[in-house]
Amino acid sequence: MKIAVTSKGNNLDSEVDPRFGRAAYIIIVDTDTLEFEALDNSVNANSFKGAGIQAGAMVGEKKAEALLTGFCGPNAFKTLNAANVKVANNVTGTVKEAVQAFKDGKVTFADEANTDGHW
Amino acid sequence: MIISIASGKGGTGKTTIATNLAFALGENVQLLDCDVEEPNSHLFLKPEIKEEIPVIAPIPLIDEDKCTYCKKCMEICRFGAIAIVGETVLTFPELCHSCGGCIAVCPENAVSEMDRELGKIERGNLDLIEFISGRLKVGEVMAPPIIKDVRTYEKKDFINIVDAPPGTSCPVIASMKGADFILLVTEPTPFGLNDLKLAVEAVKILGIPHGLVINRAGIGNDDVKKYAEKENLPILMEIPFDRKIAETYSKGELVVRAMPEWKEKFLNLYNQIKELAGQRS
Repeated sequence: MKIAVTSKGNNLDSEVDPRFGRAAYIIIVDTDTLEFEALDNSVNANSFKGAGIQAGAMVGEKKAEALLTGFCGPNAFKTLNAANVKVANNVTGTVKEAVQAFKDGKVTFADEANTDGHW
Repeated sequence: MIISIASGKGGTGKTTIATNLAFALGENVQLLDCDVEEPNSHLFLKPEIKEEIPVIAPIPLIDEDKCTYCKKCMEICRFGAIAIVGETVLTFPELCHSCGGCIAVCPENAVSEMDRELGKIERGNLDLIEFISGRLKVGEVMAPPIIKDVRTYEKKDFINIVDAPPGTSCPVIASMKGADFILLVTEPTPFGLNDLKLAVEAVKILGIPHGLVINRAGIGNDDVKKYAEKENLPILMEIPFDRKIAETYSKGELVVRAMPEWKEKFLNLYNQIKELAGQRS
């Protein structure tokens, strides 16, 4: 199963980036093999507006089934929801730890955004 | 003549200056409240509002039957107002800047316009003072279209006083662009000075003659004056930090009305503005 984790760096030992739309990287990980692809999110991170929406569409495109991140705003949440990506907020630690927590069923999925949008 | 009253920092006295200047002039003048996120000039001028006009912006309406999910609309929108995920098209109307790009690029003619109300304009007058005020709907963020709408009421042969919002972002630029003079209002505190510098930088880019009013003179320090001197920024008026002025304001009354000796000072302020604005042409 593929999941997405926001990350401050480009590998599994990097720390989870608490931001979603403007995260440095979004890592797409196969939870079975731990094979991963680090997506450089700098275009969205520096975008004028709508970063969460664009990042959400990107995660959907990669067919990730879940997203592990710190905070997810309303527009990003709406986009991820449309892409059938489940969202777990308040995730901390390294990407690897986050993936393990997900596999152990220790993350809770949100049914709404957990932060306000930024204008 | 268009005079925009701006500040950088909020709460320095833009509305106090705008309303009192309009009232002191009394005729051939109109006050345009462009602080559309929190218009408050009407509280002091107390005009009779005679007309309300909705402000409408076009936003995209997507016909999903025609859409082939090619993403051209999503790619052209620099505000991220359209997202296509799989076979779902999402639009985010509050991010839309009504540029029409999505309509232009759609090869299937699947995008059309639909109206969205952003706010309203209120028009009225107090005797011979004309009054126009913009009001953004609660929850909306697109202030510039309303400001531009308010400013379509500017009259060439009138003295148009534009009460700008604080800050230096798009709504402020929309309130200053095309003005003949920008009157910057500050207070002599470190916060006032910091934000004044930002405002002066913006005004310089616009290349519009400008001058300064120091409100609550007597508090803080002399740094604003030193800065003004260094920048050749003329100080046109100082309003002292005075209990009676504060009380007048807190009751929603005009200083010029409660303390008639101020009328002359505001007329003098206008004469200085007229002279400085005229030097350009």
